[in-house]
Amino acid sequence: MTEYSSVDAAEAPDTVWSERASLIDRVPRSLAMVLLFAAFIGVWQLVHVLRLVSPIILPSPFEVAEDIVFVGTNLLSGGYMLGALWITVKEVILGFIIAMAIGFSLGLLVGETGFGERVVLPYLVAIDTMPKVAFAPLFVAWLGFGISSKVALAAFIATFPIVVATAAGLHVANENERMLFKTLGASRWQTLFRMKLPTGLPQIFTGLKIAAVGVMAGAITGEFLGGGKGFGELIRVAASQLDTPRIFSLIIFLSLLGLALFWSVVWVERRFVFWHKTSVAGGPGL
Amino acid sequence: MRLAAVETDRAVGDAGRPTVYELRQVTKSYGRGAIRALDTVDLQLKSGSFSAIIGPSGCGKSTLLKIMAGLVPPTSGRVVLNGTPVMGPRRDIGMMFQQATLFPWRTTIENVVLPIEIRDGATAAKAAHGRARALLELVGLGGFETVYPDKLSGGMAQRAAICRMLVTEPAMLLLDEPFSALDELSRDFMNMELQRICLEKDATAFLVTHSIPEAVILSDTVYVMSPRPGRFVEIIDIDLPRPRTLDMLTDPRLGAYVRRIRSLLDEGAFQ
Repeated sequence: MTEYSSVDAAEAPDTVWSERASLIDRVPRSLAMVLLFAAFIGVWQLVHVLRLVSPIILPSPFEVAEDIVFVGTNLLSGGYMLGALWITVKEVILGFIIAMAIGFSLGLLVGETGFGERVVLPYLVAIDTMPKVAFAPLFVAWLGFGISSKVALAAFIATFPIVVATAAGLHVANENERMLFKTLGASRWQTLFRMKLPTGLPQIFTGLKIAAVGVMAGAITGEFLGGGKGFGELIRVAASQLDTPRIFSLIIFLSLLGLALFWSVVWVERRFVFWHKTSVAGGPGL
Repeated sequence: MRLAAVETDRAVGDAGRPTVYELRQVTKSYGRGAIRALDTVDLQLKSGSFSAIIGPSGCGKSTLLKIMAGLVPPTSGRVVLNGTPVMGPRRDIGMMFQQATLFPWRTTIENVVLPIEIRDGATAAKAAHGRARALLELVGLGGFETVYPDKLSGGMAQRAAICRMLVTEPAMLLLDEPFSALDELSRDFMNMELQRICLEKDATAFLVTHSIPEAVILSDTVYVMSPRPGRFVEIIDIDLPRPRTLDMLTDPRLGAYVRRIRSLLDEGAFQ
C-alpha cells in the first residue's frame, strides 16, 4: 500500500499510466479493521438508543463490555467460571485428540486400501450426511451427563473432516511422484510415509482446521443438550435468566478458546508444511 | 527386422564394448492380447553408448521404457541387464522423467540422496552426502545443496534430478523426455550438459524424445518406431564426432539424418 501512496499524483506527468489503488485499499489494514469494528458498535449503540429492539433482547455494547470485564475478572481470579471453562477446554482437547486418532486411522484405511475405499467409505459417507447433533441424546444415554458424552459428541463431529482430508490427501501425489518411488523400489510404507503423507499434509491440515471449529461446536452443543458444568451450561443458565449481556460475553470468551485451538493447528502446520505457500497463509487474521 | 540385423553388423566401432542391456523378442499387449502395444522388439545397448528412440505418439515408447525400467512385465520375451534378467525395479537402473519431481520439503541434496535413503536407509543416505555434493558440483549446482527446490529454476531442478538418477551409480540411464518441459534455449544447453555428464561417467543411456534434432545430436544410435503396435522400422547409426556441439545443429550431415528420420516417421503416419 505504501508504494502507491508515495506516488505523488501532482508531480507525476500526465502521460504516466500508473496503477492506483482505490481509496479503501489505501487505508492501512489494521486501521480499516478498527474502523469497521467501530462502525459495527456504533450501529449497535444506535439501535439501542433508538429502542428499535427491546433492551432485554439486545443489551447495549457498554453493558456487554461491562460484563466482559466481570467475566474476565472471575476467570482471572479463579472463580467458578474458570472451573466451567476448564471443563469445556478438557472436552474440546480430548474430543480433538480422539477425533484425530480415529480420523487419521479411518483416513488411512480409506485412502490406502481398496477395502477401505470400496467397503468402508460408503458407510462413512452415509453417517456423515446425518445431522450429527441428533446423536447427542444417544451419547448422554450411553455415557451419562458427565464430560464423556460431550467429548463423544465433539469427537464425533470433528472426526469426519479429518477422515475426508486424510483420504483425499493420500491421493494428492501425482503420477510422476508415484512412478519415481516405483522405480526406486520403495516399499508400501516408504511410499506412504516419504511421499503420500507429506504430499497430502496441506489437505490434512485443512481438515484439521475444519475439525478444530467442529470440535468446539460439538462440545458446546453437548453441554446444551446434556447438562454438565461447562461454559455451555453457563450460557444456558444465562439464557434462562434472560441475562443477554452475559450470553454475549461468554460467547466472546468461547470464541477466544476456539481461536486458540485453531491457531495451535496453524502453528503446527507452519512447522510441518513450511514448504507449501498457500496453506501457510490460511486462517483468519493473517 | 532385416534392417536391424544389417545395422548391428555395421556397428563395428562399438564391437569391442560389451552389451549392457538386451531386449530379446519383447512384446507387450494389454487386455488379454486385445491391444498390441509393442510388436516384437530386439534391442542391444553397448556399454557407454547413447541411444534414442523416436516415434509417433502412442507408438509404445513409454511402454517400452517402462518394461526396460522393470515397472511393467513384458507379455513375452527377455529383458537382461548386465547378465541378470530384469524382474522389477533395480538399483542399477536410473530413470529421469519430463518433470524433475523434486519433493519440496527436502533440500536439494536430500532430494538427490533419496534413492539411497529408500534402498539403504537414512544412515546410508547421510553417508552419501559427499558423493551427492560431488554430483551437484558436476552438474553446476555447487552451493545449492541446502536450498529448497522452489528456489531452483526448471533447468536447475532437472540438473538435480540428474544427480538423483546418478547417485546410485546405475549401469543404465533411462531418460523419458527429460528436458521437454524446458524452453528451447535451456533444452539445448541441458542436452549438451547431459552429453558431458554421460561422457564423464561413461554412462549407457537410452532416451525417449519427440525431437528429431535432439535425438540425432545426442545419440550414437537412433531407433525409429512405427505407430502401434510399435516396432523398430529402422535403426540409424549417427556418425558424427564426439563431443557433439550445438554448432552441429546446422551441420549438413546432421540435417541429412534429420531428413531421413522425418521421412520415415511421415511414411509411418500415413500407413
